[in-house]
Amino acid sequence: MRERDIITQRLGISRRDFMKFCSATAVAMGLDASFAPQIAQAITAARRPPVIWLHGQECTGCTETLLRPSHPTLDHLILDLISLDYHETLCAGGGHQAEQVMHQSIKENEGKFILVIEGAVPVKDGGVYCQVGGKPFVDTVREIGPKAAAVIAIGSCASWGGIQAAAPNPTGATGVPAILKEQTVVTIPGCPPNAQNFLSTVIYFLTFNKLPALDSKNRPLFAYGRLIHENCERRPHFDAGRFAGAFGDAGHRLGYCLFKLGCKGPVTHANCPIQLFCEVGSGAWPVGTGHPCFGCTEEGVGFNTPLFTQAKITIPTPAATPPPITTEQESQVTPLATTLTGAAVGVAVGAAMMAGKKATSEDEE
Amino acid sequence: MSPKSAPLSSRIFTWQFAFFLLIACCATFFIVKRFIFGIGSVANMNNGYPFGIWIALDVVVGTALGCGGYAMALLVYVANRGQYHPLVRPALMASAFGYSLAGLSVVFDIGRYWQMYNMFLPQYMNLNSVMLEVGLCIATYTTVLWIEFAPTFLERFGLKAPLKTLSKMLFIFIALGVLLPTMHQSSMGTLMIIAGYKLSPLWQTTWLPLLFLFSALCMGYAIVIFEGVLSQTGFKRPSEAPMLAKISRVMNWCLGLFIGLRFFDLFTRDAFGLAFTGTTQANLFLLENGLLLAAFILLLSPALCKKPAIHFLGGCFVLAGSGLFRFNTYITGFDPLTGHTYFPAASEITITLGIVAIEIMAYLIFVKTLPVLPSIGKEPHKI
Repeated sequence: MRERDIITQRLGISRRDFMKFCSATAVAMGLDASFAPQIAQAITAARRPPVIWLHGQECTGCTETLLRPSHPTLDHLILDLISLDYHETLCAGGGHQAEQVMHQSIKENEGKFILVIEGAVPVKDGGVYCQVGGKPFVDTVREIGPKAAAVIAIGSCASWGGIQAAAPNPTGATGVPAILKEQTVVTIPGCPPNAQNFLSTVIYFLTFNKLPALDSKNRPLFAYGRLIHENCERRPHFDAGRFAGAFGDAGHRLGYCLFKLGCKGPVTHANCPIQLFCEVGSGAWPVGTGHPCFGCTEEGVGFNTPLFTQAKITIPTPAATPPPITTEQESQVTPLATTLTGAAVGVAVGAAMMAGKKATSEDEE
Repeated sequence: MSPKSAPLSSRIFTWQFAFFLLIACCATFFIVKRFIFGIGSVANMNNGYPFGIWIALDVVVGTALGCGGYAMALLVYVANRGQYHPLVRPALMASAFGYSLAGLSVVFDIGRYWQMYNMFLPQYMNLNSVMLEVGLCIATYTTVLWIEFAPTFLERFGLKAPLKTLSKMLFIFIALGVLLPTMHQSSMGTLMIIAGYKLSPLWQTTWLPLLFLFSALCMGYAIVIFEGVLSQTGFKRPSEAPMLAKISRVMNWCLGLFIGLRFFDLFTRDAFGLAFTGTTQANLFLLENGLLLAAFILLLSPALCKKPAIHFLGGCFVLAGSGLFRFNTYITGFDPLTGHTYFPAASEITITLGIVAIEIMAYLIFVKTLPVLPSIGKEPHKI
């Protein structure tokens, strides 16, 4: 059986669709589409890296979003590209059996598996507010974390605590990076995060055997390098000073900028306006649907700043009252304009003729 | 070694100067208005014609008029014709004015002028944009021109040490000064290739970059002749006619190549017939090429060239014809096919005239205070 037939059979898709997915993934990561074969090779390698997926304080929204995309093969891929050895939502077995499988996989693949953590880690009172298998979650994270090849914190909760960490934070919820301080924990914040950003990070790791470039908060730069405001589809309205003043007003119905309704786009780093959600086309993201961004990917903004508080803009902005940049088509040819044109041409020709005459006469002298 | 240059010692404030100052003041009023109330308040540009006379005249024709420095640098430094060196400094100065004011016009023309600095930030550059090439290249060349012209200031204020250092490094800037205009003058042609079918076949051709380069050279030599004759008659200086006559011969070579390529291209594309359709575009095409052909024929005979009136007239024809070629490519040959029309507003024209007035005033001030024109060894008359 040829390699491509194996892929076709295993993934249930044509080779063409598979290569299209690889190219799209490469481009989403900011790589050249020519990396597609390398990515395809990594994905189809016989030995698939095991993934252990732990859940802490969370709503399983991140897992949901990962299963959501309407791309016909994405769910196949996430299950086939990795060997998902433990995932509480997706495990067929349960209880002690599932626990045993997890510990066995960790023992066999020490230093080789990818650890994905979804949800915040409570640390108050010894971490008793979240227990799995009779053990505080914080201890599980501390135990398994150092054995993993890479740790990925998916979602805002795992990244810095998310909604659990909002004041008054009764359980002392914290993000994984604060627990595993010795290691680099890649964070994919968002509530929920874009599945494509998570997949791209995993595939980058499989392809190049290293983590993608990260920002100061350990977010992959390819996805979180720019402010939402910079690439927002409503940005021209912002620049032109056209704002929605209230939900349902004329400006809101016309799709104007949501800044005055408390949009956090100007302070939130994410690729939402470019990547959009669920692969259903334009408009499928909060601002596209007419709701201001609430800053879920930015620590200190999402679940922290009140929803309708205006964001503080720190990047250069236009003057408070920018001059209009549109021009009305008015009556075009005015007598004054034609007179001026005629006069200017006349003066130029006249002056040139006089100078020419003078030059000739002087030459003859 | 070049002969010494010296400032003219005549009065700066004359009635002509007052006239130009008046135009400049009117223009300043409209410029301030534009910055407060937007382009729409002073100009007739619209969604069909995003380029108006500020770009077509001030930048596209203006920088070609500023190609005197480029054309002379090619002749003196590349072709090694040192005898024309006295003409380099005035030509450089005119170029520096032309380019600086073209850059200023761009500031008026950019809708969101407060974001203009982004062009110079590498992280925001779109390296596939021909507009970026033109913008950055013109900005760099303007700087290079002022550095090339800097010895004039240094001489005037007697700063010997910096002058010495600069003289040692000047060859780098002279080389850049030849390279950069070659790049952006041809890119200005490329810009209109992008217009595609919106530009009439009389002008739309993939040869536009080369045509624009030749037209810049022709206009560069023409402006040297034009200014040479004017400063001779205006300031009552001795005649530079023999040198200008030789430059007119060089110009005619460029002009011949330009016309040859232009018509070869028109015939091979079967576009020449459009010239006789009687439309405004067709008539302007005939005027443009009539002027250029007239100049070419006028300057064919070396004997006739020696007469100041002839080479002056030839220069004027080239300036008008070649300028019209550029103007037609950007405005009159362009039809957005959206029903939009364009004729500049009076205030828009005033701004362009103001730019020209500022240029002339600056020229007058500079030649009278700085050692620009070749020294003639005696007190010149007042004008």
